[in-house]
Amino acid sequence: MERSTEQPKTRSVPIEEVEQVVIRFAGDSGDGMQLTGSQFTHTSAVIGNDISTLPDYPAEIRAPAGSLPGVSSFQIHFGSTDVQTPGDQPDVLVAMNPAALKVHLPDLSRNARVLVNTDAFTPQNLKKALYESNPLEDGSLADFQVVKIPITTLNARALKESALPKKQLDRCKNFWALGLLYWLYDRPLEPTLDWIRAHFAGRAEIAEANAAALKAGFVYGEVGEVFTTHYKVRKASIEPGVYRKVSGNDALVLGCVAASLLADTPLLYASYPITPASDVLHGLARYKHVGVRTVQSEDEIAAMGIALGAAYAGNLGVTGTSGPGLALKGEMLGLAVMTELPVVVLDIQRAGPSTGLPTKTEQSDLLLGLFGRSGDSPVVVLAPATPADCFAIAIEAFRIAVKYMVPVVVLSDGYLGNGAEPWKLPRAADLPKIDVRHPNDPKGFLPYLRDPTTLARPWAIPGTPGFEHRIGGIEKADKSGNVNYDPANHQLMTELRLRKVEGIADDIPEAAVEGPLRGDLLLLTWGSTYGAVSQAAKKARAMGRSVGHVHLRHLNPFPRNLGDLLRGYEKVLVPENNTGQLRFLIRSRYLVDASGMNKVSGQPFKIREVLAKIEEFI
Amino acid sequence: MSEDRSAVLSRKDFVSDQEVRWCPGCGDYSILAQTQKVLPSIGIPREKYVFVSGIGCSSRFPYYMNTYGFHTIHGRAPTVATGIKTANPELSVWIVTGDGDGLSIGGNHLLHTIRRNLGVKILLFNNRIYGLTKGQYSPTSELGMRTRSSPMGSVDYPVHPCCFAVAAEGTFVARAIDSDTKHLAMVLERAARHEGTAFVEIYQNCVIFNDGAFDSVTERDDGTVHLVDGEPIVFGTNRGKGIRRKDGALEVVTLGNGVGEKDLLVHREDEPDPGIAFQLARMDAPGFPVALGVFRSVRRPTYEEMVEEQIRRAREEKGPVDLDALLREGECWEIK
Repeated sequence: MERSTEQPKTRSVPIEEVEQVVIRFAGDSGDGMQLTGSQFTHTSAVIGNDISTLPDYPAEIRAPAGSLPGVSSFQIHFGSTDVQTPGDQPDVLVAMNPAALKVHLPDLSRNARVLVNTDAFTPQNLKKALYESNPLEDGSLADFQVVKIPITTLNARALKESALPKKQLDRCKNFWALGLLYWLYDRPLEPTLDWIRAHFAGRAEIAEANAAALKAGFVYGEVGEVFTTHYKVRKASIEPGVYRKVSGNDALVLGCVAASLLADTPLLYASYPITPASDVLHGLARYKHVGVRTVQSEDEIAAMGIALGAAYAGNLGVTGTSGPGLALKGEMLGLAVMTELPVVVLDIQRAGPSTGLPTKTEQSDLLLGLFGRSGDSPVVVLAPATPADCFAIAIEAFRIAVKYMVPVVVLSDGYLGNGAEPWKLPRAADLPKIDVRHPNDPKGFLPYLRDPTTLARPWAIPGTPGFEHRIGGIEKADKSGNVNYDPANHQLMTELRLRKVEGIADDIPEAAVEGPLRGDLLLLTWGSTYGAVSQAAKKARAMGRSVGHVHLRHLNPFPRNLGDLLRGYEKVLVPENNTGQLRFLIRSRYLVDASGMNKVSGQPFKIREVLAKIEEFI
Repeated sequence: MSEDRSAVLSRKDFVSDQEVRWCPGCGDYSILAQTQKVLPSIGIPREKYVFVSGIGCSSRFPYYMNTYGFHTIHGRAPTVATGIKTANPELSVWIVTGDGDGLSIGGNHLLHTIRRNLGVKILLFNNRIYGLTKGQYSPTSELGMRTRSSPMGSVDYPVHPCCFAVAAEGTFVARAIDSDTKHLAMVLERAARHEGTAFVEIYQNCVIFNDGAFDSVTERDDGTVHLVDGEPIVFGTNRGKGIRRKDGALEVVTLGNGVGEKDLLVHREDEPDPGIAFQLARMDAPGFPVALGVFRSVRRPTYEEMVEEQIRRAREEKGPVDLDALLREGECWEIK
């Protein structure tokens, strides 16, 4: 089986065409699986496949090498047809060590292909992975197509000319595996070779070793006689344009920066580090040249206060966090409601109450975002549907915040934040302008004198002569904004704050239906469940089912036609990664007997799970 | 331009149209009056002042100042002030807080604001009691103090606000008292002109819940000592006593019998060792006079200066910004 790559026995392996493939690269944290996965992704995108990816990092910072908690993985779904999720189940699992095999095997279906690095299956590593016997020998993998390759040995052999120490050469083995996968799925090596050259510029020996490992893996596919077939995945029909891969958190960063430029107003982002939102802080800290100020605050409350202070001072004030942080920000967000300032809160939701599962995804902050404050304190709530949509949602958040002088909460989640997809880059000229207005005539100025249409109060900023005024958390008198304890005034102001948010329904798009406008079943979703549910609904319609799908990006206020849409179907099903928060809202708001599909395992929906539920309902 | 306009400002320009609603006799009136008196002389136009407060009696302050003002929530004024000052370093931002607001619920923010040397003024009105919630002990109430929430006496050991500020590496730390208006005005003016965090503790008498809290300080000639930069620390009737530093500790000495001013500790506001400022701030009855004045005044780059400097450098390095180009940074590919 082991054959020297220097004397290749040329042969031609037949090629077969497939529509979609899901590969999961898994190994120890130190095996470079994230890099391998992202290189495979980039190459697949460059050759025109549609893609979606999801990394899975260990929760521990440095789990012991070879242990189960130390396994890191990266899943990519690529295809010639519409790809909207990182894929239900891997068709191929690349397991670089026993722990990776053990962690990911339960996710595989029968007959899935498992490619293992046999060199890593040493007694010591098997013990670390808590295997009592070697799964490669004890028959436990009989249900799978196991491809056993001594990757470490073959990699070392390919690099024997290199002067680098053995330990460093061994670290190239992920490129060897990547090369093999490139052969298996008929991908070019050039994009990764280019990347290696650029990334290791000035470290020629390392660049050469990685490039050689990549090529050796590729050649091994052709001559190694391990595979009887290899595969081709055609280009997807993708709109022409310039693309880049973005994660949801990347897209939020870019959306915030774009909003600042579109509004011609500096942006200040204040945040306390928290998983999975910290990447937004890291990202924005790199845009100082755009005038972005980032403040790493002493705590979550401070981050909210700093963002609010910045908004008061005339900046685009924004803070980012995850659920536990949003809970802490509640009181300050209430002050933002009372003072009617345009502040934006990004919540990259994670699983569970309290610390919960910080690296796992969930959508369980919807009610917290809507109601998690004292008193009647309405805020606008938005949620992106896909990683790339985070860009547009960030701009929409600032557009609404500034136009209506209102706090806006954006509910992303760990799945969107870390997941990535190709994003067709918009042209700046096509993006919505954000119209920032500060009053300039002090005559007749009152801090709570509202615009008759939007009900927004004027955004008069400190430093402007003639507009000196005081605001605060005590109830404001209508128009003058003075402290006021009058019962009728409080009733009026409470209603005004509510009406202002409700009125935004006239300034957002109506909800659109994918599928029939009337029918047997409506699937109603929000946030990151879009991809899986949309695909499941499409498949159901292809099977002749009468299934519509409405996806909400605006959660408060709801699109104005939502009630009518809901009444067009026999049944309404609300799939959510929580125990039924949107369903609760829909039932109470529209008196619709909606049912739930509620997955709270820290994992996103699989298409087939939703499809099975649809079948159950029809 | 702005200098010209400020030159004609008077106390009245800083008085808002709102009726002041502190209890008759409250020390807050004096602090308000001195602030309104001092600000016109600083040379900053009125629209550049922002007063930010938390919750408590002191926190009503912004409503009475005819400047920009933000009455925030309990303990959080430093956070909102941080946002304001970072967003617009040109503003003169004043935080008005109290012993409960600043040191209890907002202690964390106070620490970090001072540590960062954010260019704001912090006036901490210390009345050693919770007034607005009607009389519970505060973080500065003395041990054993009987209040509605401590009928058998408080078992909470108090903190000295100025010690806290010095320990947080404050670059300007001072103490004044509501009843000594001239000295208070001097301290406020010094604070207004300081670059960096200016922390001022103001002893403030609560006539309702803790009346006479500072009588022991004010009623005796040797109850207080006024710190003067560069001068030996003397106090008492006929300047007959002084503070000496011996073996690292402070002690009170009576002048005469061979002890002269040359033996006393010379106060230096810019003393590199903040330990001495800490010791002076910690002096209290019985045994020591309470020190009033500026404990420490040193120059260190402010938070907002460093933020602006990084932005300036980043702009210089990366040049003008174009949104299309910015979106196309990183690995892009084209689908034709």
